[in-house]
Amino acid sequence: MSTSFRTDQEFFLDPQRCIGCHACEMACAECETNGQLPMIHVDYVDRFLSPQTSVQICMHCEDPVCARVCPAVAIEKDEFGIVHSANTARCIACSNCVNACPFGVPRKIEPMDLMMKCNMCYDRTSAGKKPMCATVCPSGALFYGTREEMARRRPNSSPVNTFKFGRETVKTKVNIMMPKGETELVVYE
Amino acid sequence: MISTLNRLALTLATLATLGLVAAIYLGSRNLGNFDPALVAYLFACIFACFGVVYRYSVWLQRPPTWRYFARGWQLFFSGRAIVYGWEFVKNFFVNFLGQRFIQKRGRDLGRGHLLMAWGCILAFGVTFPLVFGWIHFGLKPGGIDTYEIYTFGFKTMEFPLHTWIATLIFNALNWSAFLVIAGVMLLIRRRLTHAGQIAVQTFEGDWLPLLLLLAISLTGLGISLDYKFMDGKAHQFMAITHAITVILFLVWMPFGKFFHIIQRPAQLGIAIYRKAGEEGPQAVCPHTGQAFTSQLQVGDLKDVTTQLGFDFRRSDGGSHLDYSPQGKRALLATAHLKARQKAGSYFG
Repeated sequence: MSTSFRTDQEFFLDPQRCIGCHACEMACAECETNGQLPMIHVDYVDRFLSPQTSVQICMHCEDPVCARVCPAVAIEKDEFGIVHSANTARCIACSNCVNACPFGVPRKIEPMDLMMKCNMCYDRTSAGKKPMCATVCPSGALFYGTREEMARRRPNSSPVNTFKFGRETVKTKVNIMMPKGETELVVYE
Repeated sequence: MISTLNRLALTLATLATLGLVAAIYLGSRNLGNFDPALVAYLFACIFACFGVVYRYSVWLQRPPTWRYFARGWQLFFSGRAIVYGWEFVKNFFVNFLGQRFIQKRGRDLGRGHLLMAWGCILAFGVTFPLVFGWIHFGLKPGGIDTYEIYTFGFKTMEFPLHTWIATLIFNALNWSAFLVIAGVMLLIRRRLTHAGQIAVQTFEGDWLPLLLLLAISLTGLGISLDYKFMDGKAHQFMAITHAITVILFLVWMPFGKFFHIIQRPAQLGIAIYRKAGEEGPQAVCPHTGQAFTSQLQVGDLKDVTTQLGFDFRRSDGGSHLDYSPQGKRALLATAHLKARQKAGSYFG
């Protein structure tokens, strides 16, 4: 694998800024490692109650549940903290990762019997470029750059990479932009 | 080093290796049919057996792997052996032998892998019994134009020399080499031209296996080339280089990419598990109100994640794992919205 990955750059996600335009989805399908399949998720949060949309990429957990529950040891995290799509030779398409990921990210591609997911456009980021989705997002819901750049753009927000799911605390490589001063996002108590 | 070894795996690997040695001894009729020229291959096979069983045993002890392994057997003996047996057979032919799922991953990948896999299956089918002395050939007594094949010392077949069947049988490893070379070529082209593959490929994981299979096939063909067209002048060189490449393959099998050949049948167990899940109660997501997987899988995942040290229980008595992927994404977005609302501004 290439070693031009820029460790000074990070991913910052701000779901409230998502306008549901699906530009990220179209761009994601350009990523060569996905085989032209979009891996990003753009959802209506609750279509019957509001037009709110949300965007979700892989958060690249420090201790990825998907990898731990994989019976085939097909999911691996590299030295840059990127949790890669399933190793095609090993994945046995059991869907454990799909159903265990706390962020609901991996997809099982049924005819291929294969799990695929966002790998932060590794074909681009490993060459020092930005992920496709972040380059096309018109509303700033997806941003890839340095912490300093992000602080200038969002002076009233803080990047947070700690998530509480009840008693479980999950730390991630990807940040979510929270109100200034927050240190974690409590999904539920 | 000994203290870091997995004792159960060590015991199973030792037993399997002793079992193989006994099977070779008995199957070759007290080594009477064993070909001493193949002794280096034999030791590599014995090492590969130990390594493969050791790694497989360690692999099986991982909580998620063990759960599927135990469930697979439990389902098989649950009184529905015919239903699950049919699922097993169907998947064996369609996905294991036919490799349909790999065809769906890409045309070149599908064709290349199928050629390579069938070349290897044919080569394994010929090489292992020959190396173990389980099969041997001989001239039929009383003549010079008929060959006999003996399996475990019993005559199983005879065929006349200088016929198409003799050509087919004597060149079995050459046919397998042609299949493997064609497959490797397709896959090498893909690795050289597909940007996504280039981004994530590694030498050890992706290139070395292809190059090793290519080397085995070319040196194997070299042996035939030598005795047919070069009067055996390069026999020593061809035989030794072929032996080196094959032995490297066997010794590396427990450690590298080729271990997936041993792991892949687990997919057949998953087919049974999925069938059982479809027939049983479904898990319905509290957010979407739709079924997303089987309760069997959700229940097993709850156990496995607990075993692994994760705790996704909710204070209301439920679990985060009761939610579908879409439901989980909605929970996160809702929590983020609430945090923004609480701070008094949607954006910041």
